[in-house]
Amino acid sequence: MSDLLLPPEHRYAKQIEERRNEDGSELSVLNLGPTHPATHGIFQNILLMDGERILDGEGTVGYIHRAFEKIAENRPFYQITPLTDRMNYCSAPINNMGWWMTLEKALGIEVPKRVQYLRVIIMELARIADHIICNSVLGVDTGALTGFLYVFQYREKIYEIYEEICGARLTTNMGRIGGFERDWSPAAFKKINEFMDEFPKIWEDFENLLTRNRIFMDRTINVGPISAEKAMSYGFTGPNLRAAGVDYDIRVMQPYSSYEDFEFNVPVGKSGDTYDRFCVRNAEVWESLKIIRQALDKLPEGPYHADVPDYYLPPKEDVYTNMEALIYHFKIVMGEVPVPVTEVYHPVEGGNGELGFYLITDGSRTPYRLHFRRPCFIYYQAFNDMIKGQMLSDAIATLSSLNVIAGELDA
Amino acid sequence: MALETTVIQDKLTDKFGDKVAGFVQQHDILSFEVDSNSMNDVMRFLKEDDTLRFNFLTDICGVHYPDFEKDRQFAVVYHMHNWMDNVRIRFKCFLNGDKPEVDTATNLFLGANWQERETYDFYGIIFKGHPQLKRILNMDEMESFPMRKEFPMEDGGRTDKDDRFFGRTTDNANNNLK
Repeated sequence: MSDLLLPPEHRYAKQIEERRNEDGSELSVLNLGPTHPATHGIFQNILLMDGERILDGEGTVGYIHRAFEKIAENRPFYQITPLTDRMNYCSAPINNMGWWMTLEKALGIEVPKRVQYLRVIIMELARIADHIICNSVLGVDTGALTGFLYVFQYREKIYEIYEEICGARLTTNMGRIGGFERDWSPAAFKKINEFMDEFPKIWEDFENLLTRNRIFMDRTINVGPISAEKAMSYGFTGPNLRAAGVDYDIRVMQPYSSYEDFEFNVPVGKSGDTYDRFCVRNAEVWESLKIIRQALDKLPEGPYHADVPDYYLPPKEDVYTNMEALIYHFKIVMGEVPVPVTEVYHPVEGGNGELGFYLITDGSRTPYRLHFRRPCFIYYQAFNDMIKGQMLSDAIATLSSLNVIAGELDA
Repeated sequence: MALETTVIQDKLTDKFGDKVAGFVQQHDILSFEVDSNSMNDVMRFLKEDDTLRFNFLTDICGVHYPDFEKDRQFAVVYHMHNWMDNVRIRFKCFLNGDKPEVDTATNLFLGANWQERETYDFYGIIFKGHPQLKRILNMDEMESFPMRKEFPMEDGGRTDKDDRFFGRTTDNANNNLK
């Protein structure tokens, strides 16, 4: 049996023994996690340490595995959206919209322009919320709590916008096949406009606090670097890959939901270290703001959902008074909708990278197979490679700048 | 799109003959089947050929088809992406239901490591040559492979909830394959 199949402690015990016999020095095994506050989620790293330096490590994941793919095989399409919320819960609307777009691709539904623009707005707000968390928490992990407290109220404002649109805050379960459950209220637009007016100043202050801060730069530059080749081989996507210098962005490569209508840049870094990841995310927030501004300015009038009575729930008033609406309501809720036999893969640019939905349908009410390509799961395997030879405190900063969300990691 | 799907198909059929088959365009992705013994060669060719240049392994996942013939009861699905020409492809390797085995892709893409472990964990598909093929999301002591269709989602002994009232059967396999 290969050593790698054993629990890492066993493997390390051997190495510790060898080192002791060699020069009398004492290596140690350290459990980082599963519930350490600095891991920001429940996953464990078993590290072999030489003093403060990391010699080797192995990640143990799966602590919050909830069998989403299995559950999805037993649920009609509407009931799968709440599962997607709970993957990357820092940017749940992106997951929701990605899932609706996957279904629309499979069912061949054309979505009105207004819906596409509204989706862009909500997805970019979600991306900002995601990056706010990642970057401010990176500040916390390197010892700067101020920025975190300062920007976090703006995540709260984004959640208030979600609340205005769909009623929920964290796990949004937003939208329907073909559009939204209701048109956005004037209050929602008012909140978005307020956010757009106030937030740039706040984000500028936040950047001023950290970007050229000597201590922060010393703590992050050359910490947890990864080369572009290696990052690509490891399946990196999103900001973490762009920080290594590869300008791969699904919004540009395969525009969905009318992203081709907007002007924005794809910020890239150079060395793929923690500092570059921080800077790329900072810059992406500005680009997201630019996209939201353009979408608000160009927002077309029109319906807030596609005209697809087979899949889109009829208005509630009609359900109570109108026989046909009641029938449709019942059929949709029970999942008795026409579904073609097909296979579709749809990627969206999630907060952390390429979030893909691979759906196989067999014509029944539930997916035959639904696989989520979860960017966190795929790039987190590089973590041990990135921290080898670094100090323990650098591992914490690296982990936090990778923005590993346990819910997405484990599905 | 600079790289036409016909070019991909021709190049693959020239090189591998009947080891690749069933080319079909599904929505925006060309998909085909690869003989499970040639998986690694096909992937290497796709990655390293000067015209094809599929430089990125997007995704690996398994599928269980219990109703198919014995030799096609499992499938491993690979998604690859050519970033230069922006073309995606998908290929499937069908595997034997009793002894699902396929070569590992870890020699070509480091990122295949955990994705193959995940597939093994949920389907029991063996990736030959994988450096560390052990469970990843489920606990090591687990004996069954939970994403197989015969694995029930819930404890069959539960009496507090009856799915038949909601038009569902409690038997997953029959529910999905009507």
